[in-house]
Amino acid sequence: MKARTIRRHFRESFKSLGRNGWMTFASVSAVTVTLLLVGVFAIIMMNLNNTADSVEEDVEVKVLINIIEDEKEAKAAEDKLIKQIEKIPEVAEVRYSSKDQELDLLIEKLGDEFKLYEQSNPLRNALYVKAEDPLDTLTMSEKIREIENVHSVVDGEDTVENLFTFLETARNIGLVLILGLLFTVIFLISNTIRITIIARKDEIEIMKLVGATNWFVRIPFLLEGIWIGVIGSIIPMVLVSVAYTQLHTVLSSELKGQLLQLLDVTPLIWQVNGLILILGVFIGMWGSFMSVRKFLKA
Amino acid sequence: MISMKDVYKKYPNGVVAANGISVDIQQGEFVYVVGPSGAGKSTFIKMMYSEEKPTSGDVIINGKNIAKMKRNQIPQLRRELGVVFQDFKLLPKLNVFENVAFALEVIEEHPKVIKKRVMEVLDLVGLKHKMRMLPSELSGGEQQRISIARSIVNVPKIVIADEPTGNLDPDNSWEIMKIFEEINTRGTTVVMATHNREIVNTIRRRVITVEGGMIARDVDGGDYGYES
Repeated sequence: MKARTIRRHFRESFKSLGRNGWMTFASVSAVTVTLLLVGVFAIIMMNLNNTADSVEEDVEVKVLINIIEDEKEAKAAEDKLIKQIEKIPEVAEVRYSSKDQELDLLIEKLGDEFKLYEQSNPLRNALYVKAEDPLDTLTMSEKIREIENVHSVVDGEDTVENLFTFLETARNIGLVLILGLLFTVIFLISNTIRITIIARKDEIEIMKLVGATNWFVRIPFLLEGIWIGVIGSIIPMVLVSVAYTQLHTVLSSELKGQLLQLLDVTPLIWQVNGLILILGVFIGMWGSFMSVRKFLKA
Repeated sequence: MISMKDVYKKYPNGVVAANGISVDIQQGEFVYVVGPSGAGKSTFIKMMYSEEKPTSGDVIINGKNIAKMKRNQIPQLRRELGVVFQDFKLLPKLNVFENVAFALEVIEEHPKVIKKRVMEVLDLVGLKHKMRMLPSELSGGEQQRISIARSIVNVPKIVIADEPTGNLDPDNSWEIMKIFEEINTRGTTVVMATHNREIVNTIRRRVITVEGGMIARDVDGGDYGYES
């Protein structure tokens, strides 16, 4: 294909957007509305997913160590215990906390009344252990329980299991919703483009009658589909960016220290805008391709 | 030039539109194809530009058997033909110049050549002064003249016309016929399906009468020959 033919296709695709004004408007509107939905949904899902990840990250088990009177023996036993725990394949991180540190934590959490125990601290030295994969937490704590000098393991078994089940369900629902939304978007946009192309089937017929090859017919329509996708992406990209930046400014200070944390504006906005643009272009092109194909076969 | 041998065409609904047609049309001939509605005229014409494929038999156009042609070879065939329709088939959103130029853009002709050729044919059909108008701003006769201009802009050896005067009043029909005669005088073969008795009986040329999917009559300088 000659360069001037390619230029012609570009020129024609732009002109055609104008010539088919209302049809272009209908297609662009469909793309705009659906991609806006996709953008909003993507932002919600990415934030929820991030929260779920950080909740999972925070899951750790507390290992209480047997009390050994002799300080040297106790130190040796604790070092050995730490090494043994670190050897467990599921373990990611082990942090030591002496009984004094534990008491400080308790006082911080529950109040100064507990300062009474500073005279005679009844607590045990402890280890905080995190799993490489949070889902392995319970398997890991089972293995730790069997090690010598472990008094007990606090892993909140039920809570952890419930939490993981909840997060898993939430993610699955999110995934199903995203897939459903994507399907709807593809269906809606390509159908709108299809209608606009059906309205122009005479054009395709005439092109073929004067000896246009299938690609000669197809390329301007594909380009037109791409432009519709690009134009339709602009409003959703701008709206989503502005709205999220505002939301982030307003809410991020409110949410400090809370479980739910908003993702930073960048790179999130770029990722979501990229998704919107790619979806718009891809669906625009695909919708055109499929619709024109039908008439080229005829 | 155009040669059909034992052409048989049966549509999926069982209608037989061509039942063993054999005919030869030489370069430079002017041929009317007449016959009652449903006789197979349109199928006969459509097979010439590969809009319909025969069920069996050969259709040879410019030395190529289009009955056995692959789909991707059809565009090349159509570039060597000019086709004119009863309903003009102009692109409504392109102006006169663009409609005619379109047939040359498809074959990736140079813009300068396109401009020169389009001007020439618009001059031939007498519509140079309306080249910036849209088809909707023209009369039926003018639209058909544009359609003819488009069909000859790539200098085809054959022009095929399917009822080109079917939608036109007598005055416009005669105008159109003058253009076809002019094209034919320049050496282009013209094959025209028509219902217009007056034209066939006045401008005497070869007349092929199709009835029941067969050639019922083939007379040089013949008349319309049947009651419609």
